[in-house]
Amino acid sequence: MPVKNNDVRIKAENVDFYYGTHKAIKNISIDFYNDKVTAFIGPSGCGKSTFIRLLNRMNDLIANAKACGSIYLDGENILSPKADVVKIRRKIGMVFQKPNPFPKSIWQNISYGLEIQGEKDKKKIEAVVEDSLRKAALWNEVKDRLRDNALKLSGGQQQRLCIARCLAVDPEVILFDEPCASLDPISTNKIEDLILELKKNYTIAIVTHNMQQAARVSDFTAFMYLGELIEFGVTSQIFTVPKEKKTEEYLSGKFG
Amino acid sequence: MRSYKELAIKMLFTVLAFSSLVFLAGIVFVLFKESIPAISEINLFDFLFGKYWYPTFEPAEFGVLPLILASLEVAVGALFVCVPLGIGSALYVNELASASQKQILKPLIETLASIPSIIYGFFGMLIVAPFIQKLFNIPTGLCAFSASVVLGVMAIPTVASISEDALSFVPNSFKEASYSLGANRWQTLTKVVIPAAASGISTSVILGMSRIVGETMTVLMVSGGAAVIPKSFFDPVRPMTATIAAEMGEAAVGSAHYHCLFAIGLILFLITLVFNALAEAISRKYRIKLGLDR
Amino acid sequence: MKIRISNKFSSAVKEKIGFTFLALCIVITLLFLAGIIYLIFSNGLEVISWEFLTSVPRKGMTAGGVAPAIVGTLYLTVGAVAFALPLGLACAIYLNEYGPRGFIVNIIRMSINNLAGVPSVVFGLFGLAVFVKFFGFGVSILSGSLTLGILILPGIISASQEALMAAPYSIREASLALGATQWQTIKKTVLPAAMPGIMTGVILSVARAAGETAPILFTAATFYKRGYPDSIFSEVMALPYHIYALMTEGTKPDKQTAIAYGCALLLLAITLLISAVAIYLRNKYRSLYAR
Repeated sequence: MPVKNNDVRIKAENVDFYYGTHKAIKNISIDFYNDKVTAFIGPSGCGKSTFIRLLNRMNDLIANAKACGSIYLDGENILSPKADVVKIRRKIGMVFQKPNPFPKSIWQNISYGLEIQGEKDKKKIEAVVEDSLRKAALWNEVKDRLRDNALKLSGGQQQRLCIARCLAVDPEVILFDEPCASLDPISTNKIEDLILELKKNYTIAIVTHNMQQAARVSDFTAFMYLGELIEFGVTSQIFTVPKEKKTEEYLSGKFG
Repeated sequence: MRSYKELAIKMLFTVLAFSSLVFLAGIVFVLFKESIPAISEINLFDFLFGKYWYPTFEPAEFGVLPLILASLEVAVGALFVCVPLGIGSALYVNELASASQKQILKPLIETLASIPSIIYGFFGMLIVAPFIQKLFNIPTGLCAFSASVVLGVMAIPTVASISEDALSFVPNSFKEASYSLGANRWQTLTKVVIPAAASGISTSVILGMSRIVGETMTVLMVSGGAAVIPKSFFDPVRPMTATIAAEMGEAAVGSAHYHCLFAIGLILFLITLVFNALAEAISRKYRIKLGLDR
Repeated sequence: MKIRISNKFSSAVKEKIGFTFLALCIVITLLFLAGIIYLIFSNGLEVISWEFLTSVPRKGMTAGGVAPAIVGTLYLTVGAVAFALPLGLACAIYLNEYGPRGFIVNIIRMSINNLAGVPSVVFGLFGLAVFVKFFGFGVSILSGSLTLGILILPGIISASQEALMAAPYSIREASLALGATQWQTIKKTVLPAAMPGIMTGVILSVARAAGETAPILFTAATFYKRGYPDSIFSEVMALPYHIYALMTEGTKPDKQTAIAYGCALLLLAITLLISAVAIYLRNKYRSLYAR
């Protein structure tokens, strides 16, 4: 898969991250390419979730945590203290491990992102709600009950709602943090199809503990172990001829 | 622009958050400021250990010992009511009541807590006191004993709900372990559940005690009002709270009497402060013991 | 073998005795509750009439209605909540959403706990020294409301804080990840989710403020007032204080006791109704969240 340098959307350089004195991310440098899916795999606690949460500064919420290094998006360093966190999070959307719809109606969940940006135009909001739900392959299931509480949806529907909610803000990048961890196989399938559809227009990073999932949806795969990036490359190569011994051991189920 | 607004909002909340600290400090300050003239005039020892409270006599005597002893007597009496009934109720609700019983009993106990103290005082004056008077054949039913009964009933919900909380925190695995060893429910209750919740239960008793000592209207109406050192449970007495409530209306602002009433307020405040600190310390220890601390 | 059996037998008997004792405890407790409610309703109902509710007292408090006391209690309660709610909510939001974990939050939390334990008559002293004398508000609705407001503040703070804490962390994350600021997240996500719990706490403090007597003894209440208060600087009659005054002052105990029963019934009905609403709301809201 040929990749040109100007296709790089996010560039992380020498990123370290500390919880108090514990170093959870050790000197990671990695590129995320335009309209490609990058999967992060590795045993639990290897730092893969922690790392992608650095990309939209969600780790700011943790007390006593500290990040070093730089992550560039459109030439701006996300990790810089001067960076506008709100702007970054609008550019980089996130879908969480457990579906987390607001306890509001389906409609209000989707329109939330626009409302906080001060959008008042009813017509526009209406258009975005429908468009986002269609993109998230949920429109047909919910179009007749947009005023229902989102918590009434099934787990899989809730997760697609969260994806739609994220799309409504029109991000450039979407981070998926183990999006299928709490879903059944059928819902998982739907989400995976959706990710393949979305990568036509969005740069995507996905954390997963499911190696098959990584193989199915991603173009690039990063294998992390104990906070270090052990190997990064094209997915087909990582899964067939890994360069590192650790990667091979993990993929063959020797640990993790 | 937006981040200035965020900062301003945060600052506003920070400032408002200190209100309770300000009020507490204000209470402490006011109590000390208004008490100091009294203590400097009378001297602390005579004030605390003086046996006579004759604020309107000439010369006036301001010894609060009778009032402190009255508070103590009434509170100890109330404990005999609220501790068994409160803890017993909590054990029943937590261990024996079915789910549907629980749904009724817990709100009922809470209801008991929401009844205003003036209603308890009213009830005590009209029902409990005449009943006690007849039962023990004493000159007046308005005495320490009646006050203890009514205060005890008032404190039941405090003791019961805090104990119930403590009991519900005892992990099920403790009980299961006991059952699996062949213990019956009573044995499990007395040998496993109660010891595990012991500090929570003692917290409930301390907080109940704090509520009893600070309670005003009930004792004002039921305890009889005689400011003498109590000799028996059937004598009329005048606890500290009742003294403040009854006499502040007549005390001239700035007089020794006025300052002495504030000094009594200070003593009350310090007593409840100690109780609360004690309860806090015990419950913190308890949370750590059961691994509930963050 | 024999000893074992007899042992088992005795432990079964012990269990029976123990459980009977516990059942007795709850029965006695509930009997007190039932007794108080029965006494007041059975004696108070005959006093209640339209005239009792809407007219002013006559003949030196021995006849007529208690409307000024009802109105006074309403004013004091509304004033107390209007003062304590914004302050308490702001404090809870700070503690739960903004406050850096550590020394400051601990200090504030400690002062809330201690404030909650201060005897109500001490609040009365504070109100007397600060609002009545120092600020010169006199014995008035304003002084009484502020004093009651401080009294209910800790309750409002802890109820609000509990409600905020029950709002799941994940919805805060979701909102922030969509590019909302912290204040937007609190205002549009956290507060709506916590609102039922906050309301429960507020309603319970309304019941508390309406029923308290000691704090208004020297800050707001008066036994007799001709007509209704005309400004926030007027002293007022209040239901709980009126009961006390009827029982301990005046010259016609028999007639006064009847009126006191009527007042007690009103006060009890108001507080029970308010608490029932609060408890119902809370249970409904809890089961909604457990879903």
